[in-house]
Amino acid sequence: MPAAVEFRSVSRHFGPTTAPIKAVDGVDLTIAEGAFFAMLGPSGSGKTTCLRLISGFESPTAGEICIFGENVSNTPPHLRNVNTVFQDYALFPHMNVRDNVAYGLMVKGMARAQRYAKAEEMLALVHLDAYGSRKPGQLSGGQRQRVALARALVNEPKVLLLDEPLGALDLKLREAMQDELKSLQKRLGITFVFVTHDQHEALSMADSLAVFNEGKIAQIGTPAEIYAQPKTRFVADFVGSSNVLPPALTQSLGGPAKWSSLRPETLHLDPAGPLQGTVTSLRYLGSGHRIAITTQGQDIAAILPTGTELPEPGQQIRLSFPANALHIMDQA
Amino acid sequence: MTAILPAKSLADRLTTLFWRKPNLLLALLITPPLLWLGVIYLGSLAALLLQSFYSIDEFSGMVVREFTLKTYGELLRPQNYDIILRTLLMSAAVTLGSAILAFPIAYYAARYAKGRWKAVFYLGIMLPLWSSYLVKVYAWKLILAKEGILTWAATQTHTNFVLDAALALPGIGGNSLSTSYIGMFLVFTYVWLPYMILPMQAALERVPTSMLEASQDLGATKAQTFRTVILPLAMPGIIAGSIFTFSLTMGDYIIPQIVGNSANFIGMAVYQLQGTAGNTPLAAAFAVIPIVIMLIYLSLAKRAGAFDAL
Ligand SMILES: Nc1ncnc2c1ncn2[C@@H]1O[C@H](COP(=O)(O)OP(=O)(O)O)[C@@H](O)[C@H]1O
Ligand SMILES: [Mg+2]
Repeated sequence: MPAAVEFRSVSRHFGPTTAPIKAVDGVDLTIAEGAFFAMLGPSGSGKTTCLRLISGFESPTAGEICIFGENVSNTPPHLRNVNTVFQDYALFPHMNVRDNVAYGLMVKGMARAQRYAKAEEMLALVHLDAYGSRKPGQLSGGQRQRVALARALVNEPKVLLLDEPLGALDLKLREAMQDELKSLQKRLGITFVFVTHDQHEALSMADSLAVFNEGKIAQIGTPAEIYAQPKTRFVADFVGSSNVLPPALTQSLGGPAKWSSLRPETLHLDPAGPLQGTVTSLRYLGSGHRIAITTQGQDIAAILPTGTELPEPGQQIRLSFPANALHIMDQA
Repeated sequence: MTAILPAKSLADRLTTLFWRKPNLLLALLITPPLLWLGVIYLGSLAALLLQSFYSIDEFSGMVVREFTLKTYGELLRPQNYDIILRTLLMSAAVTLGSAILAFPIAYYAARYAKGRWKAVFYLGIMLPLWSSYLVKVYAWKLILAKEGILTWAATQTHTNFVLDAALALPGIGGNSLSTSYIGMFLVFTYVWLPYMILPMQAALERVPTSMLEASQDLGATKAQTFRTVILPLAMPGIIAGSIFTFSLTMGDYIIPQIVGNSANFIGMAVYQLQGTAGNTPLAAAFAVIPIVIMLIYLSLAKRAGAFDAL
């Protein structure tokens, strides 16, 4: 069975060839059918460009892209069986919600009664049954987001692309939508490609994810792999703000002379611990406290559960961690 | 004890007052222009309207200041009715012609022109507006004349037959372009085109690229995107532009005098009636027509959903 989406050494460079902006640079990627795939990375790392390469609004400057085994290099966006939920939703302001949702069916020539019935079905799916006659301008951000989702899904795409779809929503709504998106994806079995810069979102929603850095994929794997075994310093730092230890420090903790990562939540206070340092800050997180210590010129963060007796800033303390918590990275 | 806040100057006191009562500043700023708009602008319009309900005494030539609909009745006389119809048709044609010409230009300027090219675009649109209207019209008369450059160019390229065919058209043709309705249409379209392009371009510029991409993403071809997304979203700008071209053509009294077959137009009629003939009421009644037509036009446009995108 072919992969839903496949990138073969795909690059998309902008600007002059002498000094190109390498938005996407030599990306190899395979997204399995039915997967919830996340693209995670800081702003400007090339996530949106990757998505636009799939939808057809950008063409690769090198490499090729296949959708369900078919090379789509010469297929314009309107002929690809792929739909997008845009970052700004891009709802048509002059049409009501029902016409917005039915738009894809309308341009394909479906009769009015039939397409309206389908649109209403989709609106029910996103809990907006009663809103068909409203204009997008009369909806809240979360409702608009659902309309955008329904408008894309009504076309029964093989792949749904979502570009930071929850970015504009407040925290509570975002969490509700995360659950809803996830269960919707499970139910419909459509391949989702989900772009986000929020590592929690990516880790909690995706079946597998790619971490982007400067147009390249830094690591690709399941959330558990990415979280527990970051391959590079960048991944360790970006996904879950791990402590990144230089080779000398790794060695002093009994490891090889390589870069390593150490999760803040694996550290605990221990008078006999191997990590000694001065407490520089103390921050209340709600679920616990985050303390930072300096050791050998390196800042190390630890998350202590509520109930722990807390040290004072300036105090010398020692920390220890389980033997398997120190993760040695292959690459710098 | 020293004061925490520094002593207030008069200016500080004033700005504090405006800060505490923001409406006061607004009122001060807006009253003069409102007075201008209300009294001078709308007031004179009301006076015009009033005039149109008076009539003229046919023997003395004096204005009778009594309410009557007689003057409006006169508009229905065949020669007056012809003037109205002629002006209306010309205005509609000029508006349509301008819209068709302006759209690609405005679209290019809004979507593709960047930096220097944008400046070139604005200059290109505005430059003709900076020169005298009369100079432009006379220049066009020369261009369109029988001995003018257009005829010459047609002769050189052996395309006289096109010109001749156009001039042979019944009703709108004529002896030469400069004495035909076709010529008048060309001149009107030329002088009012910027007024169509600019609002159109402003409307198109407000259409986000993602809207067009969304349409394509949902399977629409370019033509479908144009018809169902771009055109409706640009409609308020097109209507704004057409208000300009339509009403400017309806009220113009110079171009029909210089170009064309000296058939009468509303603007010319108003000019003659209130000048030489001294029939101010009929002139006022004529002047009311463009207003009424514009109101009908706008309400039809609104009914058709032209302002849905606003
Ligand atoms: N059309 C374009 N022209 C020039 N540079 C672009 C264009 N689109 C994207 N870029 C550049 O490519 C890089 C990646 O952009 P993008 O894919 O939008 O990143 P992300 O979505 O991860 O924030 C950025 O540096 C951006 O400035
Ligand atoms: Mg982006």
